[in-house]
Amino acid sequence: MPRRNLKAAFLVGAIAMLAAAAQAEDRFGIGRPATPAEIAGWNIDIGRDGSNLPPGSGSAERGRAVFAEQCATCHGDNGQGGVGDRLVGGQGTLASPKPIRTVGSYWPYAPTLFDYIRRAMPQNAPQSLSNEDVYAVSAYILSLNGVVPANAVLNAKSLAAVKMPNRDGFVSDPRPDVHNH
Amino acid sequence: MAGVAGSPALAEQGKNLPPNVPEWMKAPGDPMGSQPYGTPSAYEKGVVKNISKALPQYISASGRTPLQELDGIITPNGLFYERHHGGVPTIDPAEHRLMLHGMVDRPLVFTMEDIRRFPSQSRIHFLECSGNPVYTKPYGKTASDLVGLLSCAEWTGVPLKTVLDEAGLQAGAKWIVAEGADAAALTRSIPIEKCLDDAMLVYSQNGERLRPQQGYPLRLLLPGFEGNMNVKWLRRLKVTAEPAYSREETSKYTDPMPDGTSREFTFYMEAKSIITRPSGGQKLTTHGFHQITGIAWSGHGKIKSVEISLDEGKSWQQAELQEPVLTRALTRFRLPWHWDGTPVVIQSRAIDETGYVQPTLAELVKVRGLNSFYHNNAIWPWRIDANGEVTNAQA
Repeated sequence: MPRRNLKAAFLVGAIAMLAAAAQAEDRFGIGRPATPAEIAGWNIDIGRDGSNLPPGSGSAERGRAVFAEQCATCHGDNGQGGVGDRLVGGQGTLASPKPIRTVGSYWPYAPTLFDYIRRAMPQNAPQSLSNEDVYAVSAYILSLNGVVPANAVLNAKSLAAVKMPNRDGFVSDPRPDVHNH
Repeated sequence: MAGVAGSPALAEQGKNLPPNVPEWMKAPGDPMGSQPYGTPSAYEKGVVKNISKALPQYISASGRTPLQELDGIITPNGLFYERHHGGVPTIDPAEHRLMLHGMVDRPLVFTMEDIRRFPSQSRIHFLECSGNPVYTKPYGKTASDLVGLLSCAEWTGVPLKTVLDEAGLQAGAKWIVAEGADAAALTRSIPIEKCLDDAMLVYSQNGERLRPQQGYPLRLLLPGFEGNMNVKWLRRLKVTAEPAYSREETSKYTDPMPDGTSREFTFYMEAKSIITRPSGGQKLTTHGFHQITGIAWSGHGKIKSVEISLDEGKSWQQAELQEPVLTRALTRFRLPWHWDGTPVVIQSRAIDETGYVQPTLAELVKVRGLNSFYHNNAIWPWRIDANGEVTNAQA
């Protein structure tokens, strides 16, 4: 290789190294890479479109047994509420003087039910239910609300396809909406 | 202000009063080290968080700051309001990690030691629960009952932007979903503009490490945004193109309207104020000079002025603001006043730097109805009767 080319190659290499160093200097070099396995273990978020729902399925019938064992103490035998939120009924009451907000009357997206039950319920042992049981109890609660049939079996695809009654009931924040006169 | 009748010091009348020498001067006091972590005087034992005895359960519950007992703008850490949705976790900081992933060039994991290596900042900001209070009766008796889900502290941590730059935001990043390491694994979505503006990852409060109730070892702070979004025990930030639509931002923390719709993503806490002295539950024991004082705050910036009415809202006069008046922080106001013993209704209203004026409850209810639950920033008037008893004029 002619000597001039060598020199040019060296210069190009040196400039690339300097550029990389300059870019690294914008950062502090704090933290370490998160591995895909670590991210997969922690990222249990379910999108409103059902994205990231896990494999598996569960029936409303199975969900009745899971609910009786895991949920009824706080939410009542039929989801009518108690120490925990009421989960059932209230459809058609939102514009009334006594609105009743439940999964059936208020929640806009069915996949959120899976997300929330898996991450936070039952309150005494969150993240203890199998994915199958979370599907099952989601199906049962939706069936109590008449949103799916009593013989429904839900999986990633069918849960994402459920259209909740209050899906279009939300508006963006118009504040400041109240003025002092 | 409140009488001292019942004080144990009066058990033996006058023993410690002039011309006698008080007992506590006649013997040495407690030695150094009797309190390795200092606590208030035994005579202040009644100044504690205002926690309802009728809570349906204590795992998802709230406790209020006793605002009417406090001076200045800084809430002591032990009296800072609490709201949690799955109890208060006990987290070993050595085993706590913050994961930053999603639409970033470099997904990263940080230890607490890592977080504390970043350049730090300290700022004073209020924090307020958005359900403070709800719109329906019964209205509370004291300032704490009404707006005690409110506190203010000096926070130390790293600007969220600094940490996001470390990972490199990708094009199309619009939201960040924050998740707590509590039993609720609470998740809220934060617009990217806020994350790149004044959002902080906080590890210290009023000079010491966060208390467990406040998110030890790490929390998100979003100055001026509703408390629930300031995720405690922060363990994960996921950069996304759209919100998570988590349970907390759909079935809760949405504001129902009379027409049956609900407002979603109602982030800002609008301007608000309350007179804390004299206030509900207190008693004026003498005619003559009294200072009216209270606090004002706005999620939209600085408090420009606070006005006080002494005639049921017919006329208003300027209160004096205590410096420093800080952005998205409590501001202390005061007005000298002489009470001649005539029954009176006193109230304050805040005006922030945007020109927004704190509304009355009637004005709010006219637009939002009684079931809107969140973001009630009404004026709360106090009635003082001829005996000096102070009660909620709206109750």
